Amino acid sequence: MADEQIQLTKKDRLHVWWRSQFLQASWNYERMQNVGWAYSMIPALKKLYKTEDDRAAALKRHLEFFNTHPYLASPVLGVEMSLEEKRANGAAIDDKAIQGVKIGMMGPLAGVGDPIFWGTMRPVIGAFAASLALKSSWLGPIFFFVVWNVMRMAFLWYTQELGYRQGENITQDLSGGFMQKLTTGASILGMFIMGVLVPRWTTMKFPMITSTIANDKKSLVDFSAINGTGAHKAEDWRNVIDQIRNGSNVDVNKVTTLQATFDQLIYGLMPLLLTLVCVWLLRKKVSPIIIIFALFGLGILGYWSGVLGA
Amino acid sequence: MSAITIILVLIVAFFAGMEGILDEFEFHQPIIACALIGLVTGHPVEGLLLGGQLQLIALGWMNVGAAVAPDAALASVAAAILVTMKGSDVDTAVALAMPLAVAGLVLTIFVRSITVGLAHGADNQAKKGSFRGVEAYHLTALMLQGLRIVIPAALVIAIPAETVQGVLNAIPEVIKFGLQAGGGMIVAVGYAMVINMMATPALWPWFFIGFAMSAVSEISLIGMGIIGVCLALVYLQLSPKFNGGGGNSGGNAGGAGGDPLDDILNDYE
Repeated sequence: MADEQIQLTKKDRLHVWWRSQFLQASWNYERMQNVGWAYSMIPALKKLYKTEDDRAAALKRHLEFFNTHPYLASPVLGVEMSLEEKRANGAAIDDKAIQGVKIGMMGPLAGVGDPIFWGTMRPVIGAFAASLALKSSWLGPIFFFVVWNVMRMAFLWYTQELGYRQGENITQDLSGGFMQKLTTGASILGMFIMGVLVPRWTTMKFPMITSTIANDKKSLVDFSAINGTGAHKAEDWRNVIDQIRNGSNVDVNKVTTLQATFDQLIYGLMPLLLTLVCVWLLRKKVSPIIIIFALFGLGILGYWSGVLGA
Repeated sequence: MSAITIILVLIVAFFAGMEGILDEFEFHQPIIACALIGLVTGHPVEGLLLGGQLQLIALGWMNVGAAVAPDAALASVAAAILVTMKGSDVDTAVALAMPLAVAGLVLTIFVRSITVGLAHGADNQAKKGSFRGVEAYHLTALMLQGLRIVIPAALVIAIPAETVQGVLNAIPEVIKFGLQAGGGMIVAVGYAMVINMMATPALWPWFFIGFAMSAVSEISLIGMGIIGVCLALVYLQLSPKFNGGGGNSGGNAGGAGGDPLDDILNDYE
């Protein structure tokens, strides 16, 4: 056996890495990422198994059910490559062990990937990029695309290598210790930024006038000097501006809108309440789609009644 | 509207459709898809503005477990076509994007069901030991996901601009501005989806710290990002949860487990 030890080279592992980006292409309701998993493993299996029987058996055991966060499949791929390598070189690793490792790792890893990537990284990078795009800057999409993909591709490669080198015991490393720290840190950043975004980008206008009070005649600016046609002296203008600076009222009536009342409490109060209501509805298993359409309904109703502004 | 433009738009649609399932390169995110369509149709600024607005709305649209999220791919592609090729304004397109997001969701469920059949085809190829065969089925499924967006996009392109304009002009003012008011609010649903996934009682304070700082200050998003990262780092350094080491070895009463001085003292014992 010593003369025919088969080793997976860096090139093989790079092929697997590239293919792992297509993991979800044939995501299906039966075995989910199973075909994508086999597709990713093929460069390794091709290298390790040469006869048709061996290849058929290898494909069969890698077409079993699999589903995790698409990026966190990489460490599992690394581990499975090292297992297959040992098996091809004669170690007693049966199909059950190979499937067992996959199933054992995918649950805890999915729980790590969702908050880090979907909960923090994408919303944070996306919000920042969107703020640039809204100023008509091309930096927005470019920043999003480059930062996201560099980060993602590096993550896929390094975790796959980690899995390949360390084998099964990385599950402990990944689901406890460092990864838990990373998840907690990411979640803090994510929650903080969500809080930051709520008052800034949720647009709720309440132009409805709640009160109109006539201002005291004595507090009004005396416009008489610059009233009427013809040239006015700079002196008179200065006088009017001084009056305004000193706090005299320009308008005859003091108008208070609903918006002003809310902003007086704290800026962004209504968006905050809206967000909390949405969280509560989601917790009650209301579909986000229903909430979105309900908000459109609310918008039409609110605009029609004059409470909400466009 | 030249044939080349249409082909380029459909290519963008194809990539968006594939990424809608892959979730890797993120071509289906509004900020990318809308900007690209804006670029190839010669309306880059409109594309950027639409992409930015839709991106904010779609921040939290994610496929976690069995949860159903609206589809960003069809929403961004079709809305971008409406704005850049049919003369719709950005706000109306944002409102129209929502039913399109639902349509995209239904289509992806449909394709994911068809793919069950393709997976069985892959099983048969596996029995023969054919790598090529398995690969072919896998990539066929990917093509289907791409076509899932290309076909509806082609249909939207096929509608004459006058018809779109006619329909848009026929929308009463109340509905139009009401949808705009609603469009400003639906961003909150995306925030709520992110929060709903992450929130634990221990994390809620961070949300309110962020809210209060944002409401009373003018600090830019980058500034807020830096503050957020620092808060997270400080929390990890101070939290007893991640600093259990000192407490176990020394038998000290344990608040300051990560204190280097403490460790040195423990070594002397």
